[in-house]
Amino acid sequence: MTTSTRSWFPFLIVFDMIAALAMAVTMWAALLYAGDAVNLGGDEQIAQRIFYLHMGSNIAALLGFLGSVIGSIGYLITRRLVWDRWAAASIELGTIFGAAVLISGAIWAKPTWNTYWTWDPRLTTATITVLIYMAYILFRNGFENPATRARFASIYALFAFFSVPLTYYSARLFRSIHPIVFDGANEEAQGSFAIGQSMAQTLTIAMISFALLFAALLFHRVRQLGLESHIETLREEWQ
Amino acid sequence: MMDEIGETVLIRENGGLAAYLRRVWAVTEKDVRAELRTKESVGTMAVFALLAAVVFGLAFDLRVPRPQLVVPGILWVIILFTGILGLQRSFGSEMEQGTLAGLLLAPVDRSALYFGKVAANLFYFLVVEALLLPTLLILFDVNLIRPLILLGLLLGTVGYTGVGTLFAALTAQIRTRETLLPVLLLPVLTPLFLAGVGLTAAILDARPLSDLWRWLLILGLYDALFLIIAFLLFDLIWVEPSNQMIQ
Repeated sequence: MTTSTRSWFPFLIVFDMIAALAMAVTMWAALLYAGDAVNLGGDEQIAQRIFYLHMGSNIAALLGFLGSVIGSIGYLITRRLVWDRWAAASIELGTIFGAAVLISGAIWAKPTWNTYWTWDPRLTTATITVLIYMAYILFRNGFENPATRARFASIYALFAFFSVPLTYYSARLFRSIHPIVFDGANEEAQGSFAIGQSMAQTLTIAMISFALLFAALLFHRVRQLGLESHIETLREEWQ
Repeated sequence: MMDEIGETVLIRENGGLAAYLRRVWAVTEKDVRAELRTKESVGTMAVFALLAAVVFGLAFDLRVPRPQLVVPGILWVIILFTGILGLQRSFGSEMEQGTLAGLLLAPVDRSALYFGKVAANLFYFLVVEALLLPTLLILFDVNLIRPLILLGLLLGTVGYTGVGTLFAALTAQIRTRETLLPVLLLPVLTPLFLAGVGLTAAILDARPLSDLWRWLLILGLYDALFLIIAFLLFDLIWVEPSNQMIQ
């Protein structure tokens, strides 16, 4: 475990640089390269550029969500703590990127929807998911034994995984005003929009870059959690 | 010696569904009997529920033109918060009195313990709800005692006690269980809460049946899904740490 963790390091540095470069390109594309929205003016025109970061963070948060489920199921099957570390790191990052999604969305919504917040299904689901992650992090802190912690946290993550789609479905029975970007066929949504070529390119760049950033941070955090557990083992052997 | 082991296995594996249900009932009966003697949970839950109804009544008095607008929310919020009080005792009292080990040593399937606890909690919840509905009728003059609302309440309560009992078991072993249980529980209960409020509001608005079945479907799905997951995962909670690979 330790040797593999140590040998990660040069690879990680290179990966960090790629992720940083990708984020710089994303910022350039989102702020300068992407075309203006033809039908918007004033504050709305400026605010729409936050959408690229909103969507990018959303991809990263989604990866965190998937990572937590895979890590938790992996732990319950194999009982190897390394899976639990992947789940924990995924959820920590999912919380941060999820919060970024909510905040960037609220900033965008004020000029566009004339309110920071609505109880749209996607907003509700994203908020509840972030709250579940926060609960997960608090829950983990309550355990001394790493195996118990991993087992209980995995069970909780699985419950969370199954409750999120139901949350979305039940929240959707109330009316939705969130624009549907990739599928204009939803009749319940009150707004949808088509995007131009430079905007589509920027969106793709943003999503890939955020995925890279997520992966870089995830590797670091998993490595750190691995080292932490190694230190703990060494300390127990010393005593 | 071999005979004894054989006999033990026989006890564990013996019988079909009827025997399993008898074991579930034994756990339920134990919990209810202990509750009747100590009166730790239901009394506190009932008084809290009544207090909460009064507090909501005072908070919304003169500010809400028609109480029907807020009563569905009030009903489900009170149930959510009241439930946590009862669920904490479910495993909390076993931990404090050291009776959990005895319970776990009983020669029954662990899932029987789980369903027994769920049934006991369900019983406490239903008693409290039976008091709460007339109280809301008196305070808000909104009659919630209608068949479909009661059905929704039953489905919601089954799901709540199912998830809540498992989470109570998860948090029983940690120091901060009283504060942590609601934080873990409330976000996972969101679908139940939304569907419950949606159903109750739709019924109060006298909406047609076609608007109601989706809410009932969500409640039913939630119950089925989480009771099955809990049934599958409950065994995992009580594994001894020494049996585990640490890597």
